[in-house]
Amino acid sequence: MKVPLKWLKEYIDLTVTPAELARRLTMAGFEVQSLQGTGQSWENVVIGQIVAINPHPNADRLRLPTVDLGNEQQTVVCGAPNLNIGDKVAFARSGAELINPHTGKKERLTPAKIRGFVSSGMVCSERELGLSEKHEGILVLPPDAPVGRPLAEYLGDVVIDLDITPNRADCLSIIGIAREAAALTGQKTHITEPTYEEKGSPIDRQIAVEIAAPDLCPRYCASLITGVRIAPSPPWLQERLQACGMRPINNVVDVTNYVMLEYGQPLHAFDYEKIRGRKIIVRRAREGEGITSLDGTGRTLSEDTLVIADGERSVAIAGVMGGANSEVSDRTTSILLEAANFNPASIHYTSRKLLLTSEASMRFERGITPGLAAPALKRATALILQLAGGTAAAGIVDAYPGKREAAPIPLSHHDVNRLLAIDISREQVMGILISLGFACTATDAGLLVTPPYWRGDIRLGVDLIEEVARITGYDKIPTTMLGQPIPPSRPLPILGLRKKIRQALVGYGFQEIITYSLTGLELLRKLAPQSHAVIPTPVRVANPMTAEQEYLRNTLRAGLLSALALNRRHEDGGIRLFELGKIYLPRQNDLPEEPDALCCVLSGARYEKSWLTREEPCDFFDAVGIAEGLLHRTGVTADLEPSDDEGLHPTRQANITVNNKKLGVLGEVHPRVLEAFDLAGPVYLIEIDVNALLPLTGTVKAFEPLPRFPDIIRDLALVVDAETPHRKVLKIISQSPLVKKVTLFDVYTGNQVPAGKKSLAYRVFYQSPAQTLTDRQVDEAQSKILEQLAKQLDATLRS
Amino acid sequence: MLPELEKIKAGALGELKDIRDLAALESWRVRHLGKKSPLNTALRGLAGLPPEERKSTGAVANQIKQLLEESFRQRNEALKEDRIQSATRKEFFDITLPGRPYPVGGLHPLTQTLNEICDIFTSMGFDIAEGPDVEWDYYNFEALNIPQEHPARDNMSSCWIDGRTESNRGKMLLRTHTTAVTARTLEKLKPPIRIIEPGNVYRYEASDATHVPMFHQIDGIAVDRSITMADLKGTLYEFARRFFGEGRRVRFRCDYFPFVEPGVEMAIECAVCHGNGCRLCKDSGWIEVLGAGMTHPKVLERGGIDPREYGSFAFGIGIDRLPMLRYGIDDIRLLYGSDLRFLRQFQG
Repeated sequence: MKVPLKWLKEYIDLTVTPAELARRLTMAGFEVQSLQGTGQSWENVVIGQIVAINPHPNADRLRLPTVDLGNEQQTVVCGAPNLNIGDKVAFARSGAELINPHTGKKERLTPAKIRGFVSSGMVCSERELGLSEKHEGILVLPPDAPVGRPLAEYLGDVVIDLDITPNRADCLSIIGIAREAAALTGQKTHITEPTYEEKGSPIDRQIAVEIAAPDLCPRYCASLITGVRIAPSPPWLQERLQACGMRPINNVVDVTNYVMLEYGQPLHAFDYEKIRGRKIIVRRAREGEGITSLDGTGRTLSEDTLVIADGERSVAIAGVMGGANSEVSDRTTSILLEAANFNPASIHYTSRKLLLTSEASMRFERGITPGLAAPALKRATALILQLAGGTAAAGIVDAYPGKREAAPIPLSHHDVNRLLAIDISREQVMGILISLGFACTATDAGLLVTPPYWRGDIRLGVDLIEEVARITGYDKIPTTMLGQPIPPSRPLPILGLRKKIRQALVGYGFQEIITYSLTGLELLRKLAPQSHAVIPTPVRVANPMTAEQEYLRNTLRAGLLSALALNRRHEDGGIRLFELGKIYLPRQNDLPEEPDALCCVLSGARYEKSWLTREEPCDFFDAVGIAEGLLHRTGVTADLEPSDDEGLHPTRQANITVNNKKLGVLGEVHPRVLEAFDLAGPVYLIEIDVNALLPLTGTVKAFEPLPRFPDIIRDLALVVDAETPHRKVLKIISQSPLVKKVTLFDVYTGNQVPAGKKSLAYRVFYQSPAQTLTDRQVDEAQSKILEQLAKQLDATLRS
Repeated sequence: MLPELEKIKAGALGELKDIRDLAALESWRVRHLGKKSPLNTALRGLAGLPPEERKSTGAVANQIKQLLEESFRQRNEALKEDRIQSATRKEFFDITLPGRPYPVGGLHPLTQTLNEICDIFTSMGFDIAEGPDVEWDYYNFEALNIPQEHPARDNMSSCWIDGRTESNRGKMLLRTHTTAVTARTLEKLKPPIRIIEPGNVYRYEASDATHVPMFHQIDGIAVDRSITMADLKGTLYEFARRFFGEGRRVRFRCDYFPFVEPGVEMAIECAVCHGNGCRLCKDSGWIEVLGAGMTHPKVLERGGIDPREYGSFAFGIGIDRLPMLRYGIDDIRLLYGSDLRFLRQFQG
C-alpha cells in the first residue's frame, strides 16, 4: 500500500518526521518497504511563469524565454519546443542539482555561455527533475502553481510503501493508515462525514436491488447520479492515483479508485442506461453463464461465483471485476454507483478460479467490514458530483441483510498486564483502545470493548491485548527467561543415532549433501537399467512445478549418483558423499511412510596421490570396511549375505543383515547405471535403512572385565576350495570357546596351491578368562578347529 | 683361586672395551654376571674353601663382582645415551613436506546450523519432536487457524499430493511450515510443553536465488502456566544472542500470523551496515530472523489445552537464511547443489 504523505496529512497533523512515522508504523505491524521522496533534491528549483520568449540571435533551435520568479525575472537559453507565454514552469537557479538527461547522473548547474548568450539557470524537463523519463519538452505545471515558491513545496512528496498484513484490510487505505498514525503519534484524525446535495427524485423509484445470496453479500449500497459529463480527472487526482500505482481513466472511474484508496472500500460505477429492467440482483451465477469482464476477456462462470446481474444478465463478477456490457464510457450520462460487501472466502475462491485479481478482490478477500460501504459511497458520490457534475438521486439504496450489532468484548486490564508482563493502568488501556476508535465501557467486572465499524479482525480478548501491546510498543515489554521447571525430557532415539552416523561418516572422509526430496521419474528409472521399474511406486505431487519435481524420492541413490556426476565434471580423485534423510513410501489410505535412509557413495582414489602414496582406487572392501566400522559405532555387528539388487554389479554386492533381517545393501554400482548417470566407474555404494537399524542400537551392554591372562597367537594357513567364502571359515574358527579374535591376513591363489584352491591365512588369538593357557591346551583347541574345517569345508593345513 | 679370579676380571673388562651396542652388552652381562657365569660359579665354589681362604678370596670375588656390575651400569648408561644422541642427531628434515592425505569429510552447513540451534534450545529445556513431510491439510492449516480460502494460504503456495481427501483431515500436501508439527505436538502432549520441531518444508515456487521448492525450518512451542510475552522475548533474545553473538541489537515488532496473537517478528541488526541501511537489509537496517507470538487460544483449544489455564508462545525460524547471512551466501540454490567446491568451505 503506497501512502503519499500529502494525502495522509489531509486526515492528520503529522508531528513526526517521515522516517520516524515509518519506524513507528513498522513496529506497530505495518512494515515499511520503502520511503521514497520526490523533490528532496530540488534545492534552488522554484516555480516560474514565462512572460516573454525571444529568439536566440545565433541559433535557430534555441530560444530565450524570460521567466518571472516573483521578485525577479531571468532570461535563459532553452531548446524545448513547448514554450508558451503564461505557462508555469520549474525554474532551476544556478547551484541546483539536476539530472543530466544524457548521462543520467546528477550535476550541479553553473552559469554557462550557450552560443554567445550567458544563461544562469534553466527551465527543467521532468527527466532533469527526476520525475519521469520525459525529456521531449519542459514540464508545464498546473495554472494554480504559486510563482516564486520552491517547487518541492508544490510538487514534492514522500510516499511510504507499506506491507499490510492479511488481517488488516482496513489499512489498505489512506484513512486506515491515518487512524494508525494518529494513535501512534498521539494525534486526532480529521475525518468528516461526506455529504452532498440530493436534488434528484428518490432512488427507490429508479433502481431496485435484490440480494438473492445474502450469505455471500451481507450489504449492497448504491447511489445514482444523472447528467454527468465524462472527462479526464483534474491533475491533482491523476497525480495521486499515479503516486499509488494506479492508472487514471476518466473522472468517474478515477473517483471510484480514489475513494477505494482513501476508504479501503472498493466501488464500482455502472452505466445506468445499460442496466436492464432498472434492477440489480446479487445472485450466484448460472452454470455456464458467460460474461466479458472489463479487461476484455470472455469468461464462463459456474454456480459458485457470485455475480451482479440486472433484469436479464450479469453485469459484473461481484467484488472481482465489472462487466464490459455495463462499462462507463465517454457517452455515459448516468451512473449507478455500487459500494457493497462480499464474503471473503467466496471472492478468494472466484479470484483464484478465474486467475483474476484486482485491487477490489484483494480487499474483499481479506475481509473488509460492511460498515465501510455507506460512508465510502457517499464520499464517492459527492466527489463525482464535484468533478463530473450531474444530479444525485435522493437517498441511497442500502440492502443490509448481514447487519449485526457489534458485540462488546470483555477485557480485564489484569489480563493485559499478565500476558504482556507489563504494568499499565485501566485508564491507559482504555486510552489506547479509544485512540484506535474502540468504544470502552468500564464495569465492575472489567472493560467492555466494542470495535469500531471498520475493524473486522477483533474478536477475542487477545486481539485487544495485541492492540495495547503494539501501540505501547513491544520494546516496552520486559525480557525474562522461562521460570517454570523444565518439563521431563524424552529425547527421540533416532536423533542420537543420526548424530552417531554423521560423526562416523565425516570421520571416514565423507562429505554430507542435502538434496531435494522432490525428484523425477526419469531419474529414478535410471537406477533400474534392465527393468526400468521404480519400486515402490513413488508418491506423486498433484500439481508438480516441473517433471523433475513430480515425485517424492523412494531412494536416496539417485540424488547421490547425480551429485557424484556433477562433481566429476570438475574433480578427479577420491570423492565420498553421503546423505541421511527421509524417503517416502506410499501407504494405502494414509500418509506415506517416511523412514530415515542413509546412502553413501565412494569412488576414485582411496587417498589422493602424493609423494607418500601411490594413487590406489578404492574398492569393494573399502565399502565393506566403512559399513562395518559405521555399524560398530552404532553397537551392531552385521553379516553380509548374497543379494540381487538390480542397480548393483551382479556378484559384487551384498545385503547387510542382522539375524537374517536385511538392514541395507552395499556393492559396486552396475556399469549400466553408471552409464545412465554419465559416470565412469567403479563407484561403490552403501545403503542402510536407519529405521531398521534403530531398534538394534541403544541397548546398554554390561562392561566386560579386562583379560587377566595373556593371549596366545597362532597363525593358521589353510587351503580351501577357491569358492569357499571366508565367512564360513571364520565362523568355524570362531566357534572354539578359547578363540578370542581371528584376523585374515592373506588370501592367495597361484602356483603354491593346487588349481581350484586358495590359501587363507589367519591369525588366531587364544585366550581364557580363567587361566594362562598352556601350549597343549591351545594345540588341542586348534586341532579341534582343524578337524571341523576339514569335515565341513574340506580344508587342509597348508604345508 | 685368586689368579683365576683376576683372569675372570681381566677377561670381562677386556671384552667390555669392545662392546658398542646394547644387545652385545646384554649378552656380556649374561656371560659375565649371569647365574652360569665363571664369576658366579667361582663364588659358589667358595663354600668348599677353608674358612681363612674363604674369607679373603670371598672379599676379592665380591669386589670383582661389584666392579663388573658398576662397569656394566656405566657402559649401559653410556650406550643408552649414545643411542638417544644418535636418534636425535640434528640433520636436515623437511617439515614442510605435505602430510599423508587422509580424506576429510564434513557436515552440510544446514546440518551444522540445525545442530547449533537445536543445542541452544535443548539447553533451555526444549525437546526435539518431528512430524511427517507429507501432511494433512488439517495439521498444516485448519488446526492452525487457517481455514479454506484464508488469504494466508496464498503466501504459502502448496504442493498437493495425489491421494484421497479425508472428511476430517482434508487433502494431503507437502507441509508448508513446520508449524504443522506444533499442531501435532499440542494434540499429543500435555502441558508443561517445551518442544522444537526442525524439518523440511515445501512451497510451490519456481527456483531462483532466494526461492527453492524445499527448505528448512524450526518451529517451537512452550506451554505452561503463566507464560508471558516477556518469556517469549527472553527465550528468543537468548537464542539470538547465542547464535548471532553478543552485541547484535535485536528488534521485536508486531506482525501477523494466524496461529498467534499477539504476533511478533524478530529481527537482528544488519551485520553489514550496523543498522544504517544497505542492500542486504533493503535499507531497513534490520534482518528478519523469525516469526513468533503468543499461541492463539483457538489453536490451543484444538489441541485440547485450556487457554484460560495455560499460557503459551510459539515461534518459527527459517534455517536456510541463517548460514546465508553468516557466510554471505547470495544464492540459496547453492545449499542444495551438492557442489563439493561449495560444501568443503564449511568443513572447518
